[in-house]
Parts: sequence; C-alpha cells; structure tokens
Amino acid sequence: MYSYIVKRLLILLPTLIGAAILVFLLLRLVPGDVCLLRFGGEGSYADPEQIRQCQERLGLHLPIYVQFFDYMIGFFTFDLGVSMWTSQPVTEEIAIRFGLSLQVAIMATVVSIVIALPLGVISAAKQNTGVDYVVRAFSIAGIAMPSFWLGILIILGLLISTQAWFGRPWMPPIDYVPVWQDPMYNLSQLIWPALATGYRYSAVATRMTRSAMLEVLREDYVRTARAKGLLEKVIVNKHALKNAMLPVVTIIGIEFAFLMGGLVVTEQVFNLNGLGKLFVESVTQSDYTLTQALVMLVVAIFVLVNFMVDLMYAWLDPRIRYN
Amino acid sequence: MKSRLSRVAASVVLGSALAVGASSVKAATPEYGGELRVVVGSKIPSYDAHIESTFGMIHPIRPFYSLLIRINPDNPSSPTDFVCDLCVGDVPAATDGGKKYTFKIRKGVTFQDGTPLTAADVKATFDKIAFPPEGVASNRKAYFKMIDSIEAPDDETVVFNLKFASGTFLPSVAMPFNFVYAKKDLDEKGYSWHQTNINGTGPFHFVEHVQGSHVSGKKNPNYYHDGKPYLDGFRAISAPKMSVRLQAIRGGQADIEFRGFPPKARDDLVKALGDDITVQESDWNCVLLVTPNHKVKPFDDPKVRQALSLAIDRQGGSKYLSQIAIVKTVGGIGFPGHPISSSPEYLEQNIIGYGKDVKANREMAKKLLKEAGHENLKFTLHNRGVDQPYKVVGTWLIDQWKRIGLDVDQWVQPSTPFYATLRKKKDFDVSIDFNCQAVVNPIADISKFLPSGGANYADFEDQQLEDIYNELLQTGDEAKQRELFAAYEKRVLNDLASQFITLWWYKINPYRSYVQGWKIAPSHYLNQSLENIWIDQAEYKAQLGN
Repeated sequence: MYSYIVKRLLILLPTLIGAAILVFLLLRLVPGDVCLLRFGGEGSYADPEQIRQCQERLGLHLPIYVQFFDYMIGFFTFDLGVSMWTSQPVTEEIAIRFGLSLQVAIMATVVSIVIALPLGVISAAKQNTGVDYVVRAFSIAGIAMPSFWLGILIILGLLISTQAWFGRPWMPPIDYVPVWQDPMYNLSQLIWPALATGYRYSAVATRMTRSAMLEVLREDYVRTARAKGLLEKVIVNKHALKNAMLPVVTIIGIEFAFLMGGLVVTEQVFNLNGLGKLFVESVTQSDYTLTQALVMLVVAIFVLVNFMVDLMYAWLDPRIRYN
Repeated sequence: MKSRLSRVAASVVLGSALAVGASSVKAATPEYGGELRVVVGSKIPSYDAHIESTFGMIHPIRPFYSLLIRINPDNPSSPTDFVCDLCVGDVPAATDGGKKYTFKIRKGVTFQDGTPLTAADVKATFDKIAFPPEGVASNRKAYFKMIDSIEAPDDETVVFNLKFASGTFLPSVAMPFNFVYAKKDLDEKGYSWHQTNINGTGPFHFVEHVQGSHVSGKKNPNYYHDGKPYLDGFRAISAPKMSVRLQAIRGGQADIEFRGFPPKARDDLVKALGDDITVQESDWNCVLLVTPNHKVKPFDDPKVRQALSLAIDRQGGSKYLSQIAIVKTVGGIGFPGHPISSSPEYLEQNIIGYGKDVKANREMAKKLLKEAGHENLKFTLHNRGVDQPYKVVGTWLIDQWKRIGLDVDQWVQPSTPFYATLRKKKDFDVSIDFNCQAVVNPIADISKFLPSGGANYADFEDQQLEDIYNELLQTGDEAKQRELFAAYEKRVLNDLASQFITLWWYKINPYRSYVQGWKIAPSHYLNQSLENIWIDQAEYKAQLGN
C-alpha cells in the first residue's frame, strides 16, 4: 500500500512538469502581452516608454528560453511569482478565490449525490417502469442542459417570479461574503450555482448509478441473497449499493475536480469571485504567471482527487489490493 | 404599465434633449446616509492613477482622492467648465502671456492618515506626472509637455510655469487621473507605493479591497467641501459581465453602473422597472475610427482611402445603429459640441463623407477607386472582439463598403492580440481603432491623428500636419485655435484621409431612481468622486423594501 502511494506521488511530478511546459508554450503562442493591454487598453495613447518599462519589470523582454528557465526555477522552488495584472502574489490571488470555489464544489457535489444516488438506485430497482422512464428523462435533461444556461434560467426565473409574487424583482447577491460572516447571505448567493451545477453533474452520476446497480443486481450473490429470502430493501441497500459505488465514486471524484476549476462560465453568470472567473480574467489579460499557476492548481487537484478515488476503491471493495 | 413606460421614456428623451442633462425629475433636498452599490465592469490593475488608464480603477478608487481642479460636478456636461477642487476660488487665469498659472491651495485638508495637505504635495504630484524620474512610469506625461517648472513658494501656493501658452493645459490638469498624493508618501515610501496603497484626501476613506470582488469606502468626516459627501459609504462591486451588471440593477443587488449600457439594455430595464429607473444620456468622448495601413497597397493611395470614407453613410448609420449600439453622434475629429470642434453644417459642406447626398458620395467613391485602378478591391477589416460597439460598427462598415462594390472580410481578435496586431505587428489592411479620452481636451485629443503623436497606427508621415499641430498647440488665442483646428481636420479627413471617423459613442446610464445628485458627463472617467450622490431613503425603501 505504502509503495503504491509513493509510486503515485512520484507520477505526480512528471505530470505537473509536462503540464507546466505545455501551458507555458501555449500561452506565448498568442500575440501581444499584458503590458500592451494594461497601458493601452483604453484611451488611445499607449506610452511606449511605459510599455517598455512594464515588459522589463515582468521579464517579457527576455528570450523565451530564459523566461522558461526562470519559470521552472520558480516552479521547483514553489515561487509562483506575482500576477502580471495586479502585482499581487499569485498565491494571494488564488487563496482569495479558493474558499468560494471549494464551497461551491462541495455544495454542488452534495446536491449531485443527494439527487443521483436515490434516483439511480430507484431507477435500477424499478427498471423499465414509469418511474424509471421519468428518472431517465430527468437525468438526460440534466446532461443536455449546460449548467451556465440553467444558471441564466434560474436568474431570469427568480427576477420574473419575485416581481410577479412580491412586486419587486430579486436576484442572488453578486458579492461574496464568507459563510462564517453571514451564513444566510452566503447561502442565498451560492445555493443557486450549486443547484445549477449540482443538477448537471447529478445527471451523469444518476445514469452511472443506475447502470452499475443494474449490473450488480444481476450478480450471483444477489440472486443468492434473494434465494435466502432477504428483503429487497436490504439486498439493494446493504449488498448491491456498496458494490455498485466503484464507478460512481470515480465519476463524483472527477466531477469534484472539474468543479474546482471548471466553473468558468457558471461563475461568470452568477458573478462568483472564484477560480473559474479568475482563470478567464487571467487568460484574457494575458496574465501568464496567474494562468500558469491556475492551470497547475487544476492539474494538481485532478491528480490528487484521482489518487484519493483510487484509495477509496480499497475501502469499497476489500478485494482490491495495491501491491 | 403603458403610462409608466411613456413617462420614463419621456424623461429619457428630455435628458437627451438637454444634451446631457439630468433626466432626474426630482430636485429634492439631499438626504444623508446609505451606502451606494456600484457595479464595475473592469478589474483594478493598481491603485496608481498616474500610470493606469482604465475606468476599472477610476470608478472604485477616485472617491478616495482629490484633484487640483476638475470638471464642475454640478455641470459636468460642459466640456469647458472647470472648477477648483483642492485650490480655492475660481480656476486661475493665466498670467505672463498665458505662461504662468498660480493656484491657491485650500487650508485644513488632511489625508486619510491625518497628514495635512500643502502646496508641496500638489507640486510633488505634478512633478511625478510631468517629470517622472528615470524608471518611473507616468502614463500622461505627454500631456504636460508645455510645463517648464512647478514651484511651491509657500504652503498655500503652487505655480506652474509653462514653456508656451497652451489651450490644453487646464483640461490636462483637470484629468481625473491626476490624484494628488502626499509628498511624504512619495519621499518615504517610494514612487510605486501608491500602486498597492491608498492615502488620499477625497470624500471617502478607503476601507477594504477584496481582489476580484469589491472595494468599499466610508465617508470622510473631514472632507473639505461643506456638507459632503451625503453617503455613509460606497461599495464598488466587480462584475465583468454586462448581463450581470444589468440584472444586478434590476434585481436590487446594485444601484448604478457608471460606464453605460447599450440601448436594448436601457429599454429592458425601463420595461421591467418603469419609474424605478432613471436614465441619463450624453454624447461620449470616445469615437471609433477606421485606420487604413498606409504601408500596405493600395491603402498607400489617398484616393482609395478617400473612397472608403465617402462610402460611409454616417447620418443613416447614426439613425439605425443608435438603436442597437452605443454610438450615435456624427462628428469630426473633435468632440461634438465643443466650441473648437466643427459644426454639423460645416462638416456637411466641407468634409468628404459627411454630405447628405449619400448617392453622390458613393458615385464619387467609385470614381476615385476607378482612377486608382481598384474598382473591385478586396480586403480584410481588422476588428476587436468586443460587441459594443466594435463588432456592430465593423459589420455595418462592411455593408457600407459593399455598396460601392468592395469585398470586405472581417478579422476579429480578442483584445490582447488585437492590440498586438494594431500597434506592434501592423500586419493588417484596414483596422478599427478608437480614440477614447477623459476630459474633453480637443487639442490634446486630436494628437491621435498626428504621425508623431505616439498612436500613429496608420503608419504614415506628413510634415504639413505636424506643422499645423505645433502651431495649434502653442496658440492661446481661441479664434486662431479654431482656424488651425479646421485646417488640421481638413488635412486629416480630406487631403490625406489618413484615418477617418465612423460615429461618436453615446453614453446611456440607466440606474435606480432613488439614486440622486449624480449628473452624467461626456466620459465614463468623469464626475466619479460620488460626493454629490445621495439616496432618497423613502424611495429606496419603497423599491427594495429594506
């Protein structure tokens, strides 16, 4: 087990290095830089001297291989540098947004699990009945609807319905307050994106739960349990569900990783000051240091989540050994 | 509902008819208290206005700082009405043949950290802007080329000695980017300290800035303009998406947005909220230009460039585009309505492409193209990937050129590569360009069209234009200024057609009607100190219920 963990951690390193090289090169394929945008983005006059000073300060005047060398030194010494747009440390920029993204990811994952597991199990247990068809339609609709589009519908729905019912339109708050400062305000902002994204991801998990359950329910040991006269409820909940969880846990894990960095459009729709919105801003502003750090963070989250999912396999299925 | 809509629509029309004017129908006594929630569509790069150029910094940070002089906050629509902010009395008239300005500085003004303001702070500020030390950035030092020296003979006097009399000096001093800093901060903490720290004398004191989220400020109890500000504080919330800003006002999460919305957004808000929305509208000191690349054939030929300008139906464009985009006014190179700028009648009679006989203009365009041997010209219009108004105007231009037989594609790029193409790589045929300024300062603003002006993306040279501009820059006499301005305009738009004007932008600000006291200016950078704004508390409660 321990050697497996060490091996997986060692694989993490080349994965991160590969991602670092790729993102460094891809970003520099786009012409222009942050200085041109920052000092000439509005107005019309861009002071060439100021742009030159900016490029020198940020090291953008250096040959690409020198910039790459500096970047890799920073990478290995855990010095992610400062944002090229705000001059604030990249770690600080990310830390401000991390809490919000984590909270939305957790809330959306909870929404997803709460919807997916019961529906998936019921759908499998009642295969080819009216209930099954309704659940399948519900989950296919979730897959078909992008969460940002659902988010837009939620906002418009809230505006229209509150105006119709209470005489004044209302939409969720657009500035973030941490949950420990004002739980109601916080939840009134974050519950809507959590529902929009949670529903989307629950659809995938529902279908996965259903198909895994159907497979397990056809296993010999389930037939044996039924032959022993066990209640169907006990068979499904105690014997089948845990064994059907392997692919579901994988899906939920990957979804969680996506939620941490992939809510690019949904965060914009709800004006959430999270990692996805920061990612869009850093790319549009050609903020190389921040974009590189964010990509590395997302890669690290994916690798770590996959790693944790692998470890959970052993807990779910004691036959699995990491030797 | 219909009658409510028509009342609001009437107030909009009234606002427009007043040329800028306040469509706010109430003229009640200002009330104290409340927090203004402003949505801002851009991000703060740094707090140092001397190096930044974005409204994303001005809107949240300007309320913490003062200026030496500014546009009149009670009459911001006037492009020539400047008043003292940190100076006392009227804005001083020039002495010594227009080469000396003496400002008397207010007593009893303090920075947020308690340091008293003196003339030395004003001098240190303008020294930093006009004469930055080696390695120190200053985005607007080119505006102060006329300054010879700045003196502070005592704590209450600042003297600007100019090399030559210039009509651009006062408007340049009144620019909203000239935040006055404490000399002590500059001396002890360095010239980059203000990029990440705030210590001003403005109507509000800085409270916090959460990156990407908001900036908040609270009332400065020692503010020097009596009785102001009215608000207890403000919160500037970052919201890059226009739809979010719009819905935030509609949904009661924000009170106002200062940059401006397109006509459709205004109509949607008015339709949804009726009398709860006030709209102010104004000409905007921003204009979209067409910039042909003079180094690329056949755009090195003035006849081809003139033909491109002649093909554009500006009056027709104004009529229809103003219904869907933030453009409206037909004008020359100077801000429409400024005393020095050309009148519509003058433009119509003297500048190519402005005559009302569009058919004749286009026949002339075809003739010019034939003479140049490019009747079936095919080229690519380079444009910025921003809907309002770039892509809308770009698409319209292609249609205009199609009407004289040209085949034009559009090449749209996101902002960063767009600037790289326009300003660095210069590998375009014809590009959309823009001139967007803060204080209306036509003589300075038209340096955009000057080959040596630093923004010559058309990549051309013309000594005659340089000579006219140099004479214009050093002329204090207004009649002479107008004469030279007209000559410069004719040279740019007629003789060279080096660049040409499409339509001037039009600023539309719909906001919650309980917000009172704010008056629209011809720029989204102006009148942003928030000190005149107050909240009608009864109306606020009626609309939001809390």
